[in-house]
Amino acid sequence: MSKTVLTIDDSRTMREMLNMALVQAGYRVIQAVDGVEGLEVLRAEGADVVITDINMPRMDGFGVIEGVRADPAHRATPILVLTTESDATKKERARSAGATGWIVKPFNPTKLVEAIRRVAA
Amino acid sequence: MDPFESIKATFFQECEELLTDMESGLLAMEQGDDDSETINAVFRAVHSVKGGAGAFGLEELIRFAHVFETVLDEMRSGKLPLTDEVAKVLLRASDVLADHVAAARSGGGVDEGRTVGMIADLQGLIDQDRANELGLNDHGDASGADEDFGFVPVVLSLDEPATDAPDVDIAALLSAAAEPAAATPTWKVIFRPRAEMYAKANESALVLRELARLGDVEVSLDASGVPALDQLSAEAAYLTWTIRLSGDKSEAEVREVFEFVEDDCDLTVVREGEAPEMAAADGAESDASASAVEAAAAAPLDLEALLARVAPTAEPAPLEIPPAQPVAAAPVAAPAPAPANLDVAGLIALAEKASQDHAQAAQTPVAKADPKVDQKAEARAGSGAATAATPTIRVDLDRVDRLINAVGELVIQQAMLSQRVFESGLARSSDVALGLEDLELLTREIQDSVMAIRAQPVKSVFQRMPRLVREVADMVGKKVRLVMDGENTEVDKTVIERLSDPITHMLRNAIDHGLETPEEREAGGKGAEGTVRLAALHRGGRIVIEVQDDGRGINRPRVRGIAVTKGLIAEDAVLSDDEIDNLIFLPGFSTADVVSDISGRGVGMDVVKRSIQALGGRISITSEPGKGSKFSMSLPLTLAVLDGMVVSAADQTLVAPLSNIVESLTPRAEDVHLIGGRDAVICIRDTFVPLIDVGVALGFRDTPLPPASGVAVLVESEGGGKAALLVEAIQGQRQVVIKSLEANYQHIHGVAAATILGDGRVALILDVDALVTTSRRKSPRIEKRMAV
Amino acid sequence: MTDTVTQSVAQRRELIAFRIGDQEFCVDIMSVREIRGWAPATPLPRTPSFVKGVINLRGAVLPIIDLGARLGLSTSEPTARHVIMVVHIGERTIGLLVDAVSDIINMSDDLVQPTPDVASDQVKTFVKGLFALDGRMVSLIALDRVLPETEAEAA
Repeated sequence: MSKTVLTIDDSRTMREMLNMALVQAGYRVIQAVDGVEGLEVLRAEGADVVITDINMPRMDGFGVIEGVRADPAHRATPILVLTTESDATKKERARSAGATGWIVKPFNPTKLVEAIRRVAA
Repeated sequence: MDPFESIKATFFQECEELLTDMESGLLAMEQGDDDSETINAVFRAVHSVKGGAGAFGLEELIRFAHVFETVLDEMRSGKLPLTDEVAKVLLRASDVLADHVAAARSGGGVDEGRTVGMIADLQGLIDQDRANELGLNDHGDASGADEDFGFVPVVLSLDEPATDAPDVDIAALLSAAAEPAAATPTWKVIFRPRAEMYAKANESALVLRELARLGDVEVSLDASGVPALDQLSAEAAYLTWTIRLSGDKSEAEVREVFEFVEDDCDLTVVREGEAPEMAAADGAESDASASAVEAAAAAPLDLEALLARVAPTAEPAPLEIPPAQPVAAAPVAAPAPAPANLDVAGLIALAEKASQDHAQAAQTPVAKADPKVDQKAEARAGSGAATAATPTIRVDLDRVDRLINAVGELVIQQAMLSQRVFESGLARSSDVALGLEDLELLTREIQDSVMAIRAQPVKSVFQRMPRLVREVADMVGKKVRLVMDGENTEVDKTVIERLSDPITHMLRNAIDHGLETPEEREAGGKGAEGTVRLAALHRGGRIVIEVQDDGRGINRPRVRGIAVTKGLIAEDAVLSDDEIDNLIFLPGFSTADVVSDISGRGVGMDVVKRSIQALGGRISITSEPGKGSKFSMSLPLTLAVLDGMVVSAADQTLVAPLSNIVESLTPRAEDVHLIGGRDAVICIRDTFVPLIDVGVALGFRDTPLPPASGVAVLVESEGGGKAALLVEAIQGQRQVVIKSLEANYQHIHGVAAATILGDGRVALILDVDALVTTSRRKSPRIEKRMAV
Repeated sequence: MTDTVTQSVAQRRELIAFRIGDQEFCVDIMSVREIRGWAPATPLPRTPSFVKGVINLRGAVLPIIDLGARLGLSTSEPTARHVIMVVHIGERTIGLLVDAVSDIINMSDDLVQPTPDVASDQVKTFVKGLFALDGRMVSLIALDRVLPETEAEAA
């Protein structure tokens, strides 16, 4: 069965882009629009990889990382954060919170898939 | 549609929403709301616009959004306090951002001067040193934004097949490695993960697998650090890998593989010369002496031994090559593994095992693919946003339109059938007739329900207005606060589309003519800022739009004076206040001494009124001197059907909109008077109104009907006056389905639209207002004599 | 649009030929949606005499143009034997009143000759070319011009 990727982003455009690139690469994609929903979806449905935006309403990406890592069932689930180049401090914060890796926006489908491959079998 | 284009369309659609959110947030901030979530929401909106723009390479948009975002970020972090002035600048910036989005969408340009000015204003909000620090001051220079945004030109290419899809076929990769390689090992990588690496869910195996994609690899594992089982800690890391990689990759490329883990491991990447022990190209994988660096055992046998130590509970034959874990289908059957394969694959399996064990040490088993869960997940993925509280479906508007048209046909067919049955002489009480009655009720119900599907809140129109108000206010130098009510009032889509223009005109008029300047207001004891209220409500089966200002009100003596000067009313006409107020709707009337840029554009209130009436609507004004004015416009809830009176004139069947009709009467010959040659007026309760012979007015016949042999239908157009339409007979009242004449032909003066009657023939719907206006224009002398 | 005569060399196309009086005309079959018998139309006020009015075509209001009158030919009151060709012109659908449909012609564009100068201006406006068929002369109608002036631009 193909791997399931949970994408958490409040931007529909970004969700669709991720969806398109991931589906084309053969992943199954589930989506959530913010951190709170992201953790709910992860708990309910599980995922092999989580990709999360940082700036989101209700719960931001750091909250997602902490939430995932605090959940014994998903302690080992790889998390990729979506960042921009200018977000060096955010990247560091995400790392120390337990992010597995990052994807720099705007991303390119090849890089995206490469990043997932580096963190998920 | 090309999926890329489709996402781009989504992006612009989302931009609309983001811009709306942003604006409402900014409006709240303008009212003093400095709640961090409000500011955050605005920031996120701009940030998302920028993010999407980045994906599509919309550089102008990115650049502006970036400056805007940076300022908002300063505010978010509390470095820039919210003041009225700041809010105003941000609101203007939001307009410029909207312009940029629009330009990006249409591929058009933006007002460069305005952008530069706006950027300067935004920068002005921030302390100069801080702006420099943020790199905000080199806006003209692309590098500023680029550097900061790390902008990569359009990156999402969909045509590109998933060449780099992760169909990692390690066996194939490695069989290449097994070939007598001309390539020399060039890199030696020593990789010693620390515990933190595993804590972040990184896995050595995956990193090694990625490395294997770069070229031919030889991996050896130093497991000497692994303690005896009883001392093994699940949270610690014990393994060191040494990898020899041959190929023409740069150090940066090699290091990139370790990008996510380099801070959590000890990593050495060194270029290896023609190391003597590696010179033999046949690979010395089982030669323990091959590596002087690590005292590792790379042979399968050693691995088994290692595994026995590391994962004693694992199944006994862990060395089988795991399937390549293709995420996209692995296309080729793996060739018979060469010895080298076993080596790496085995190592990877081991590494996987090690890190999985590590990771799962403290975890409960993860629920695995339950089919029900899967289905749910699929549904969720399909629906995208998973937040919907009430179940809704998204339907193509075309489909709804088709349904509405079909129901329209149903209404017509039902009417035709009823008529035929009635004509056939069946008794009203017969089963057929009774069944038809039920059918008619049912048809009506279906029609109402279907119309409700297409109903939309007026919000989509209202939300464009704050910007308009700001711009008009800026242009005329007035301070205006816009208050909106009833944005969720629903009305048929056909009407929604037509609301924008009249509302725009009414708002312009209210700001330009209704409100006083700040100085005048203050002098008059009012606050400098005027208020304009835009409201929507349902009343009597129609939608009412009100535009109310707290300005000076209508200057009645002046309006009256102008009307007299322009010959619109007689000097001695006795008019009520309301009648005077409504004079402004008369054609050719303009209260502005100077035609301003705003209510100018060549459109007077008479045109606004006519366009509203063309929709079966009415408009009126009430005013109180010194306190303000209120425009009320009412429109039918739909332009798909209309309640009409079916009449005959000159052998034609015509429909007059019921909304225009006051009463019908049989004229007495003595009440009708000719003025000049053929223009007639009729006296109805001491008021003279023009008598319009519909057959003649439409050119269907030349000779007017003798008034007494017909029926006069008194029609009214608010503020504009009354007239009597002379027809041969009234056939009855009926709801008719409105059909456009313009769709296949063109507009015809005096005809609003067409419909299809019960006999299947087309009947024309009269444009009562056009008929009345024409008669007035033809005979201006009448108007002076009659009450307005 | 239907005006494709000059579009490509020797493109083959199917045309529907029809008669008005003793003259023969044709239009591209692709623009013809259906052919139906004459039924009385509801007259429209203040329209040129060649606009016979509107009919109900399955719920759509369809204007009927008397093509003979439009071309300046003498016409008579339509009877049940007359035919309405429902054609697409741009976004619009209209009915053309003609005497009868006579033929379906398969021909190539390079056989179309320009309208000679001897033709009246009115004919030249609506006829974009001529060709010979079994000794008959058939005129190719420029459909986009048959609606009244103001519409030709808008259409």
